[in-house]
Amino acid sequence: MAEITFREALRQAMDEEMARDDDVLLMGEEVAEYNGAYKVSQGLWEKYGDRRIIDTPITEEGFTGIGIGAAMAGLRPIVEWMTYNFSIQALDQVLNSAAKMLYMSGGQFNIPMVFRGPNGPAEWLGAQHSQALQSYYAHIPGLKVVVPSTPYDAKGLLKSSIRDNNPVIFMEGELMYGWKGEVPEEEYLIPLGVADIKNAGSDVTLIVHGKPYKVAMEAVEILEKEGISAEVVDLRTIRPLDEDTIYESVRKTNRCVVIDESWPFASVGSHIAWLVSKNCFDDLDAEVELVSSEDVPMPYNHTLELHAQPSAEKIVNAVKKVMYLD
Amino acid sequence: MAEKIEMVALSPTMESGVIVKWSKKVGDEIKSGDVLCEVETDKATMEYESMDEGTLLNILVDEGADVPVGDIIAIIGDKDEDVSGIVEEIKKAAKAEKPAAPAASKEATSAPAPKAPAAKSAPVVTSSGKVKSSPLARKMAEEAGISLNTISGSGPQGRIIKRDVEEAIAAGPATQVASTMREQVIPVSKKRQVIAKRLAESKFQAPHYYLKLSINMENIIAARKQINAKAKEKLSMNAFIVKFVAEALRRHPQVNASWQGDSIVQFGRVDVGLAVAQSDGLITPVVRNCESKGIQAIDQDMKVLIDKAQNNKLQPDEYTNATFTVSNLGSFGIEEFTAIINPPGAAILAIGMSEKTPIVTANDQIVVKPMMKVSLSCDHRVIDGAVGAAFLKDLKDMMEDPIRVLL
Repeated sequence: MAEITFREALRQAMDEEMARDDDVLLMGEEVAEYNGAYKVSQGLWEKYGDRRIIDTPITEEGFTGIGIGAAMAGLRPIVEWMTYNFSIQALDQVLNSAAKMLYMSGGQFNIPMVFRGPNGPAEWLGAQHSQALQSYYAHIPGLKVVVPSTPYDAKGLLKSSIRDNNPVIFMEGELMYGWKGEVPEEEYLIPLGVADIKNAGSDVTLIVHGKPYKVAMEAVEILEKEGISAEVVDLRTIRPLDEDTIYESVRKTNRCVVIDESWPFASVGSHIAWLVSKNCFDDLDAEVELVSSEDVPMPYNHTLELHAQPSAEKIVNAVKKVMYLD
Repeated sequence: MAEKIEMVALSPTMESGVIVKWSKKVGDEIKSGDVLCEVETDKATMEYESMDEGTLLNILVDEGADVPVGDIIAIIGDKDEDVSGIVEEIKKAAKAEKPAAPAASKEATSAPAPKAPAAKSAPVVTSSGKVKSSPLARKMAEEAGISLNTISGSGPQGRIIKRDVEEAIAAGPATQVASTMREQVIPVSKKRQVIAKRLAESKFQAPHYYLKLSINMENIIAARKQINAKAKEKLSMNAFIVKFVAEALRRHPQVNASWQGDSIVQFGRVDVGLAVAQSDGLITPVVRNCESKGIQAIDQDMKVLIDKAQNNKLQPDEYTNATFTVSNLGSFGIEEFTAIINPPGAAILAIGMSEKTPIVTANDQIVVKPMMKVSLSCDHRVIDGAVGAAFLKDLKDMMEDPIRVLL
């Protein structure tokens, strides 16, 4: 099996789907001639031309709206936001048009499209460009929210997202684009709404999505050396949420740590912690712990920037707390 | 000028008090005599009245805190006066008083810390009466048929967690018998501390001895029945007993006395304490000057005092300095018992129930009479055996033949 980057996996997914379906198109800032700000659309413009790979002005609300209109008219657009920090400019289009159109048109208009780009903090980008915004989108009924953590998942999930007849928020990570992983040559799809056990374990369940998957796996290694067996449930999709896999794992381990790189208040992580507390109440041996980013704007100072985010050390500490080992 | 308000001794034996409730808040105008806060002393909950006037500028002690007498609890002064400096000073002083604690704890932590879970404690019962346990532990215990009350918790604040239940299951059937009872650790209240201290002091310091006899209650019962038949308010049997006791004490002042170390005080009054059970302890309200009160007046006093006692409203001067004490457990069906002397008195009379008993008369007839067994506990330092015996005999004679009181 070939080892490719996260970036390449995404490119392959779009390439394969564009080859498969002439209605699929990609639009966004510098996606065409510049091959994408993070080179995710490398070579696609050369292959598919101006008709299907479209450079837009720096007007997120405008081109997001055009994409939604195109979807209503029957195309399957992929709208790339250079980062999710800029998607806030287009939030009204997503919230009020894309997410609600099927409902408000009484089922007449599907919005079969994908919004994608890097989400969450990278490094040295300052408070305004270092935000993990999945909680904003997961909050909205009518959207699907996909958060892959590996190249394999990214490819299979993006292909399913493009084929889905609903608006899909697809969240990548700037620091993840260079991550490598094995991806098969032959075509495969990963269904939306199915979580994946990334590491089987018996003592504690770590629930993670997107980029913090990496620190969670580092924590697993540290814990293993101390004789603690942690199970990692990678959500892969936040909406729809694979609750069954979460509960099955927690009922097995009796302890749960939720990891989320966004802020703690009213977040995906806090919501999952509530779901677990509610649905696994009689199976819990300790309170559910939440490891999130600190409740502050991202500091520019790099030491503080790293400390503000979930880390392997914070996860290990949380695990020890729920196991009464601290 | 800011005045520092100290915790004062609101009862003679009070060494510290718990501030139950602040009646005033910061910014309130305080007049002399205004109630600042309610303080739980060793005996009762008392109102703390201000002797100062001005504006309440700062409250230094939270509700629920136990404050030693003399500690500063609040500051009263002129409106808008800045007292932050004084507050700082007080807090610094409070810290400086406790230098030993951090050193001790440091020493404790430098000892090799055991990896094993913290020491287990008896199940921790929450205020709602539930045993602290994780949901999983509850489920596991239920499935295994083990009562949580039999398991010790090793989690935070004694919470029973998975491993505790697993250990209990592994420990085998001995601990698996579900108990219908629950071990509880109850913190000792101020009142309980005082009861324990005073009774232990009395029992350990005063050499007790006991005198017992039975009193034929026939005449008193008949007299009480007759009086109560016409009375608006029924007189209690205890009022009769207290009156006869007072009369006997008047005749035997050596028994109405107190050991003072280098002297013995024979009191110039008969103040009879009556032991009253409360939900959380015991208190002895005192009927003053029984030697010069009639049964009716004694009964009146007793009703007021007992009501206050049961509602925790007795003031210190209503429950201290009895010269003699009566404890009556007859209503529980107790035949006889011995009591512990209640200082500063030197004797206590323990009263059992009146019970129909066959007795042999002077001319060898067996008749049935209502007999009441009493026992007198005496402090031998004050009352010698013959003195106690003479008192008790006189009491018996008067109660059996009340006309003798007039002799």
